[in-house]
Amino acid sequence: MIETILISARTIDQGATLEEKTSQAYFDAAAYCELNEGNLEALGVSVDQNVKVATAHGVVVVPAKIDKRLPDDIVFIPMGPWANAIVDPDTCGCGMPGFKGVPATVEATADPVLNMKDLMATYKE
Amino acid sequence: MPVIKDVVCTFCGCLCDDLEVTVEDNKITKVGKACKLGRAKTMGMFLHERIEKPMIRKNGKDSELEECSYDEAITKAAEILVAAKRPISYGWCSTSCEAIEKAVVLAEETGSLFDSTANVCHGPSALATQEKGAPSCSLGTAKNYADLIIFWGCNPVHAHPRHQTRYSTMAKGAFTPNGKKDKKMIVVDPRNTDTAKKADLLLQLNPGTDYVLVEALRAIVNGHADVLPDEIAGIPKATVMEAAEMCKAAKFTVIYFGMGVTQTRGRYKSGDNVSSLVSDLSQTNKVVMIPMRGHYNVTGFGQVAAWEAGFPMALDFSRGVAYYNPGETGTNDVLMRREVDAFITGAADPGAHFPQESIKYLYKIPAIQVDGYANPTTEFSDVVIPAAIAGVECEGTAYRMDSQPIRMKKLIETTFKSDEEILTEIIAKVRELKGEGGA
Repeated sequence: MIETILISARTIDQGATLEEKTSQAYFDAAAYCELNEGNLEALGVSVDQNVKVATAHGVVVVPAKIDKRLPDDIVFIPMGPWANAIVDPDTCGCGMPGFKGVPATVEATADPVLNMKDLMATYKE
Repeated sequence: MPVIKDVVCTFCGCLCDDLEVTVEDNKITKVGKACKLGRAKTMGMFLHERIEKPMIRKNGKDSELEECSYDEAITKAAEILVAAKRPISYGWCSTSCEAIEKAVVLAEETGSLFDSTANVCHGPSALATQEKGAPSCSLGTAKNYADLIIFWGCNPVHAHPRHQTRYSTMAKGAFTPNGKKDKKMIVVDPRNTDTAKKADLLLQLNPGTDYVLVEALRAIVNGHADVLPDEIAGIPKATVMEAAEMCKAAKFTVIYFGMGVTQTRGRYKSGDNVSSLVSDLSQTNKVVMIPMRGHYNVTGFGQVAAWEAGFPMALDFSRGVAYYNPGETGTNDVLMRREVDAFITGAADPGAHFPQESIKYLYKIPAIQVDGYANPTTEFSDVVIPAAIAGVECEGTAYRMDSQPIRMKKLIETTFKSDEEILTEIIAKVRELKGEGGA
């Protein structure tokens, strides 16, 4: 397990599939976590193997990807349902939740990645 | 075959107005000059699955959505809003100002809270502007004059792909005839992004330390570099000094700022401090700041809401007059407090872009969606009303990120109602249910 900081943001593929969020293309564009090479090695995880990313606000399973330029202490998930399963909902009194800079842990997992509809269904209480 | 020129792209706040769209048999077959985002958006209705019919869940969130008529869906939506004690209307940013105007009327008519996607985007920038101001200029002025471009917490290569060639670093301007050669570029980002690759200087700060870095730059600009430690926000002091020197040497600086400023620690106080830095630098140089707006007409929402009701977002009409206090009246605030009892959204997708705690509550209250495509919001919506795509299937006005109004074209015919028509019909039905007649 590594301790890290989660950042979420737009990518061009996530943006290009915004109007097709039920599609495989959107899933491929938004459901993953980027780590640098060192962190992937530390976790013993290869590209496309699943990782469990956990914060104080939730847990999400996504495949790992590599971004060689990421610093050691940052992981990245594109904005969307998978990132938002674990971002900080606190608005700090100014309306805006914490979509970036969320303390997180990442570990290897054999758990499956939920598709969009199954992920949303977990919010039914 | 007919090619429509000067088409306005309706993806991001760049509102590029030079697209060339080929239409054959009422189908868009080619989109010229657009970026990947613009092409996907403009051709979307021929690539993606539309919401073909209005739909209603008749037996709660666990039941399936069933097709119905526009009239039934609009009536059901009006019934939900009229029955609610504290409804909220959210979104309305990927649509025309004309539709937003109707959304304001509906919110007022139903005593709703009323908010835009700025709630999860540049809401803190509006607060920063109200705190300290935001000296700005048009993208045309920026293109022609700016010789230092700072991208702070934004990544235009991915989010605003044509920004650099049309308006900023690569654009050839009247006073920068050689484009990039006449300009310097600084990127401020904790990630070494694709935008940062071409920067003259990357300030790779620690996440959430934007305020600290702005403060350090201000200290240097104001002659107090001696008080700074050797490392600031994870960046060597010498690198921060270099950035400050670039700012002081530039004739015209534009600070384009994004979610890296608004969504991180400090929120609106970071934007507020950027404004102070602009003020400090402006004692000797020309400096402006422009927010990189995401939804193509989120700027228009702020304009319309402000001219109609006095505030740009996070409005509350429950008192009969507009009240505004983001942090109290913002959408995620009221959802987190479990305060509202009905939800209507259009031209936005809160299901995909809200934090988990807010969505859990949206599964508990009646929800109405007005949109062209199925998305995560559809999953918890009880009423789903399909809409025409503004700027493709109907015309209207949108505001670019620099607050310039641009007229969007209608490119093809459609049988779907526009957001404006849908909202107009919901307003009429609400008035009818309240016993005020449909007029």
